[in-house]
Amino acid sequence: MSTTTPTAPAEPERKAPAAKRTKVRPGDRIFSGAARGAGISLLAIMAAIAIFLVVKATDALSKNQGSFLTDQGWDPNTAKPAFGVVTLVFGTVVSATIAMLIAVPVAVGVALFITHYAPRRIAQTLGYIIDLLAAVPSVVYGLWGYIFLAPKLLGLHSWLSDYLGWIPVFDKEQAGVTARTLFTVGIVLAIMILPIIAAVTREVFLQVPRAHEEAALALGATRWEMIRVAVLPYGKPGIISASMLGLGRAVGETIAVAMVLSPSFDLSIHILDPGNTTIAANIANQFGESNEIGRGALIASGLVLFIMTLLVNGAARVVINRRKAFSGANS
Amino acid sequence: MKATTTRTADRGTDIRTDPEAGMTKRIEVSGLNAYYGSHKAVEDISMTMEPRSVTAFIGPSGCGKSTFIRTLNRMHELIPGASVDGSVALDGQDLYGSEIDPVAVRRTVGMVFQRPNPFPTMSIYDNVAAGLKLAGIKRKGDLDAIVERSLRGANLWTEVKDRLNKPGAGLSGGQQQRLCIARAIAVEPQVLLMDEPCSALDPISTLAIEDLIALLKERYTIVIVTHNMQQAARVSDKTAFFNLAGPGQPGRLVEIGDTETIFSAPTEESTADYIAGRFG
Amino acid sequence: MTVLDTGDKRPGIGTDAVEVGRAGLADPRAASLTRRTLPRQVPWAIAGGGVLLTIVFKLTLDNWALAVFLAGVIFIGVLSAVSWRFEDARRARDRFATSLISTAFVLAVLPLVSVLGYTIQRGYGKLSPYFLSHSMRGVGARDDTGGIYHAIIGTLEQVGLAALIAVPIGLLTAIYLVEYGRGRLAKTVTFFVDVMTGLPSIVAGLFIYAFWIMMLGFQASGFAGSLALMILMLPTVVRSAEEMLKLVPNELREASLALGIPKWRTVLKVVLPTAFGGIVTGVMLSIARVIGETAPLLLLVGLTQSINTDPFSGWQSALPLYVFDQNHAGNQFAEDRAWAAALTLIVIVMILNLAARLIARWKAPKAGR
Repeated sequence: MSTTTPTAPAEPERKAPAAKRTKVRPGDRIFSGAARGAGISLLAIMAAIAIFLVVKATDALSKNQGSFLTDQGWDPNTAKPAFGVVTLVFGTVVSATIAMLIAVPVAVGVALFITHYAPRRIAQTLGYIIDLLAAVPSVVYGLWGYIFLAPKLLGLHSWLSDYLGWIPVFDKEQAGVTARTLFTVGIVLAIMILPIIAAVTREVFLQVPRAHEEAALALGATRWEMIRVAVLPYGKPGIISASMLGLGRAVGETIAVAMVLSPSFDLSIHILDPGNTTIAANIANQFGESNEIGRGALIASGLVLFIMTLLVNGAARVVINRRKAFSGANS
Repeated sequence: MKATTTRTADRGTDIRTDPEAGMTKRIEVSGLNAYYGSHKAVEDISMTMEPRSVTAFIGPSGCGKSTFIRTLNRMHELIPGASVDGSVALDGQDLYGSEIDPVAVRRTVGMVFQRPNPFPTMSIYDNVAAGLKLAGIKRKGDLDAIVERSLRGANLWTEVKDRLNKPGAGLSGGQQQRLCIARAIAVEPQVLLMDEPCSALDPISTLAIEDLIALLKERYTIVIVTHNMQQAARVSDKTAFFNLAGPGQPGRLVEIGDTETIFSAPTEESTADYIAGRFG
Repeated sequence: MTVLDTGDKRPGIGTDAVEVGRAGLADPRAASLTRRTLPRQVPWAIAGGGVLLTIVFKLTLDNWALAVFLAGVIFIGVLSAVSWRFEDARRARDRFATSLISTAFVLAVLPLVSVLGYTIQRGYGKLSPYFLSHSMRGVGARDDTGGIYHAIIGTLEQVGLAALIAVPIGLLTAIYLVEYGRGRLAKTVTFFVDVMTGLPSIVAGLFIYAFWIMMLGFQASGFAGSLALMILMLPTVVRSAEEMLKLVPNELREASLALGIPKWRTVLKVVLPTAFGGIVTGVMLSIARVIGETAPLLLLVGLTQSINTDPFSGWQSALPLYVFDQNHAGNQFAEDRAWAAALTLIVIVMILNLAARLIARWKAPKAGR
């Protein structure tokens, strides 16, 4: 893995001071070795994560009497363990989708408001508050979502099912006793990932060169047109990667979901009914009461979650790279 | 605000019926001050820029030339804290009048900036069409025609006609600046402001832009800020010399006159000193 | 937009110009500089109407959220329609966008303020020196006593140990990437730092569980939790340190190297001190991020109601875990304790953030230093 030496020829894009091709001092060798060792240890950790998860997951999967990919139930702690991830993946995808649908447009709006609408004097303070909110621990959001928000959303649940019930997703089959539903989870997740998406997007919008904005304004663009012509296209890769960062958080969020959702293993598209569960929340809920195989099964589901986050990040990278040709080469 | 001039009367108020309207416009500035916050950057400027001619602004760095040119299309006030008082009349209509829409002013008075600034996310074609699309021109045929005409107008068509869909940022500096000129003239402004358009360019590109300015003045009132005195002498009909009254003082207009006169027999001593290269 | 064919047949200009048809375009030259503009008071008047409407809706529907929502939709609709009718389409779109964007901001701030406000409201009463200095040992389900002392100890030790491991590795990795790294290895490391940034905390917990507890046979302990937190801290530390090191101007390195100072001493004595403030800020922010992590601790540190100061053996508690556990207990006293602990956690996170930012401002690498 590490065949390169510290004195290897610099690639053109590297701007680090070029190392002279002279004899390497012992101090330099030790120091650069330590630095490289740290980098390698980071790779080793990642490799170990993948390997250990796979090994422990295969242990449990080999004992699985059901089909891991298609079974809807989760009974790994019995004499005949049978478990599948369909329900878990479904719940994870649905709650994250709801969260993204709400959070991304609002976060972009917040970032635009702070960078282009708010008076300059308070803009910095507003940005700072958003940064602080991004640091509020998820367990606090969970507590708030469970105790404060969920009861308040009961009305919205019945309203949506009354008026939009003809759309299957909004059809509510159970009488409304609790709002600890996938829909509420989606809203809580949206609130949680909003600050991080807004914070990253704001940074990107601040980097839009003043020259591009002035070019648009000098053409007689209104403020919104200037944003549409100069700010949004320039910021698009940044918006996408910020969204993916948020999506990654939403998909992997454990404790808030575990606290807010009233889980069940009945796969249901009715997001206004209690039920469904997510991969991460299921791990938190089941771990304590699981035996060896059960924990292996949870690790297997964790591996699926890991792969999902890898796909999300990979997708973001592809989108960003594809737009490189049109990125600000002269800025 | 100062009263507008008598031109209003003889031009008539409805410019649409005037055959001369929409060609070029006379700019009359009177008693203009520009501020950054409480700092006065430009003081008490009154001058006239004639239609179908090039007026050059020269003067040492920091004397307010760029600030002043940005007051002519109300770009100055976009800087947080910046403000203007006085009047800038475009054929008699005060751009700072209360009924005036600054966005409409910027549509009428085009601007080319110091550094070429094509939109990096857009192709060459889209860069030129950007202002048109905003103005609601959507039909492909119309856009194609105007984009071609504007690129020809900016002397760029032959160089880019085979790669209209390539990123505008991929052009050379001089080509980018001509692209920006094409973008500015595509929306058919009446006045073209150029803020040191050649300062980031090599001599050959500079020459190309200067040739272009000579052609463009047939159709536009052109105002150009330049650091380069030879350039002012080559391209302009009138030259205005700006200078600071003293360190920390606001910039002022020292004198304005026919370029030939300013360069051969200026009235003010400081103009002569500056042109002779004794300061600035 | 009015289409005016002026019949203008001006010849094109420029050396290679040809005549191009005008194609019946609107001639922007004919456009006037004045536009019908709504008086400044009109949007405010409509906004006032919106507020009034909100109150009416609240009285008729008895639901604040719904009332605000409906009134907001009507406000945006009316403002855009009025602008469309009396100004023009572009202005209407601009006003529409402005009101939507402002609405988005309000929409985002409300729940976030609610989270903070509600936590303060519920947690403030319970927070006392007693609460901070006592554990939950021997506290019954119906007792109004107990505190978070053991949880604070656990959190401080777990996060401290995590930082102790993550900071040197992360810092060295950043130094490698900025000062030495080139070629395939550096690219790979950069890539995996990205991947690690997106690693869900529960997966980090599962890994340490599989590795440390299942595979190596250790018991659940504070240190097991630290290992997971360390994994979560690492990418943040690397990223922020990398950014800061990149900000150090190259001239500084070259100046030092030109004096014949070996590279490793240059990095230690010149580069690191210059970037020090920024690196400290990054470390504090990464600590603030992991201090609220609950999921991995749930799998790894066990859970105890007593004080255990030894992170290497026996179960511990932690603040976020305490919040989760007390909320689970499901009685009013436990819920109050959960809120008070949540408030404590938020205060700690905010202090870390504020301190980090103050250091950043105070020690920011100045240009041309």
